[in-house]
Amino acid sequence: MSKTLFDKVWDSHVVSTIENGPQILYIDKHLIHEVTSPQAFNELEDRGIPVFRPNQIVATADHNTPTLNQDQPIKDALSRNQLEQLSENCKKNNITLYQLGHKYNGIVHVMAPELGVTQPGLTMVCGDSHTSTHGAFGAIAFGIGTSQVAQVFASQCLLLTKPKSLRVTVNGKLKNGVLPKDVILYIISKLGTNSGTGYFCEYAGNVFEDMSMEGRMTVCNMSIEMGARGGMIAPDETTFEYVKGREFAPKGEAFEKKVAYWKTLPTDDDAKFDKEYSFDAEDIEPMITYGTNPGMGIKISESIPVDENPSFKKSLAYMNFEAGESLINKPINFVFIGSCTNSRIEDFRVAADYIKGKKKAVNVTAWLVPGSKQVEAQIIEEGLKTIFDDAGFELRQPGCSACLAMNDDKIPQGEYCVSTSNRNFEGRQGQGSRTILASPLVAAATAVEGKIIDISKQLN
Amino acid sequence: MEKFTTLRSRAIPLDIENVDTDQIIPARFLKATDREGFGNNVFRDWRYHKDGTLNTNFVLNDSKYSGKILVAGDNFGCGSSREHAAWAITDFGFKVVVSSFFADIFKGNALNNGLLPVQVSPIFLSDLMQEIVSNPQTELMVDLEKQTISVKDSELSEDFEIDAYKKTCMINGYDDIDYLINNKEQIEAFEAQKIY
Repeated sequence: MSKTLFDKVWDSHVVSTIENGPQILYIDKHLIHEVTSPQAFNELEDRGIPVFRPNQIVATADHNTPTLNQDQPIKDALSRNQLEQLSENCKKNNITLYQLGHKYNGIVHVMAPELGVTQPGLTMVCGDSHTSTHGAFGAIAFGIGTSQVAQVFASQCLLLTKPKSLRVTVNGKLKNGVLPKDVILYIISKLGTNSGTGYFCEYAGNVFEDMSMEGRMTVCNMSIEMGARGGMIAPDETTFEYVKGREFAPKGEAFEKKVAYWKTLPTDDDAKFDKEYSFDAEDIEPMITYGTNPGMGIKISESIPVDENPSFKKSLAYMNFEAGESLINKPINFVFIGSCTNSRIEDFRVAADYIKGKKKAVNVTAWLVPGSKQVEAQIIEEGLKTIFDDAGFELRQPGCSACLAMNDDKIPQGEYCVSTSNRNFEGRQGQGSRTILASPLVAAATAVEGKIIDISKQLN
Repeated sequence: MEKFTTLRSRAIPLDIENVDTDQIIPARFLKATDREGFGNNVFRDWRYHKDGTLNTNFVLNDSKYSGKILVAGDNFGCGSSREHAAWAITDFGFKVVVSSFFADIFKGNALNNGLLPVQVSPIFLSDLMQEIVSNPQTELMVDLEKQTISVKDSELSEDFEIDAYKKTCMINGYDDIDYLINNKEQIEAFEAQKIY
């Protein structure tokens, strides 16, 4: 029978099926961080259950870490305690931890692919909904709750019902200035925030085939914002080339053997999906959000739609925007380039390329937060830091930072932030803050101009 | 896990769509390392103004309403995978959340914590909201065994779906860890002959 990429990976990981119930799915790699793991470790300890496969777990500290002075003790007692617990738990259970300051530390969804932990055909989980990122490699990767973190600790498996399949195809040539972030924001704006709920999504078409791994990760990262537990892209030469030679990637003959297997994974030509959508690349323009969920997005050149739905109106009231108005020329005081969506080297190259020779507007606070120590090192090595410094941008140390504002990187009450992150929920970047999601290019342009501009006009 | 069979209770109407887990429990409260006490901060930024004063316009602060059932708008629990959202809702005292649609991860987290997500039709949800708003004393009956939700002294009633395995777990208070650990041998056998 013809199978999809998702079917092939899923079916090869089924340990057994409960009659009229879920399946036991084997998990190859378990990524953990300080926020959603402590209660799972406690539960195991309380029940006297050992960690079953510690060598299949990789830990990092990212959500709750400062992005300044990482070499000094963390001031916030609760954050410090959480990181100390992670270290203790990892030590006690023989789990590899890349703690704050380690050369491999970073946001879990940036550092794991960088190290070659993420590979095609694997099942991967993490107590974080943006685990969907790793699907860019043709892996089944999804976010789980803390009870499930404990289940994977205990058995390296989860009890799951197989999700339905969805395919989003985008073909054609992307316009100048349209980045992977715009592609996914466009898709979510068309399909809404719950169209993918109950589904695993495959992205297909030449637009994704032509993307770098960084771009593919940006796309898959936001699958959860349309409700899909995960997103996947078929592995190809771009994928193999990225994985090759990385720390935990198979080497030599073992790698070649894996590649031969990985080549069997793409969806069969006549495989059927439960739901299909397709879009033309030419229709996509630089995007921006105006509301309080990622589905509330428009092309920068468009105006905010008019809708009488009370939740829609509540959302606009929170943002202090009017239905029907354009966002062009809105003054913006905060810009954040970072998060597991857009904090990879390519994102900073795009920003630096635009910023070079320009200056940040005086009213703007612009934070650049690399996704990992390796990205940070690369920014310096490639000379991008000099460009950022000269333009008045602030390059900080790696972490989740202002994406969820668990640390001190908070946007003040009432302020707008043009952000390359993934969620524009109320107060997401700090109590009362107002988030506008965009690509690194739009974010960089906003920082330079001090207001939202129509980037496509400027580029053409 | 606490067992769940039936519940008779009044309900609180939260007539907002796309309630995300950042609203249910804002990230700044995720620094704890245990599961207790999250109820104090459930819907924190809707319950309180930034200066710490109570937002009396928010439904959870409206003394007309009370109960162990939260009736919420479409697509409840979207966003982050934080199980703290389920912990906060149960810690506040809710046993059931009713909506016309639940986000996947939240639904799973709720079921893993003895919090029953009851998915109803959009029409039933809208009727139910109206009923509660017009009479805050309205009592609901949720019967997990029969998979029904009904309004007392009214015709308003609907069946709901739940995964058969999860239903058994909820009724008996079992959790997935017990099941998985009992299947260790099978898991080890799988590991030994993995095909990929």
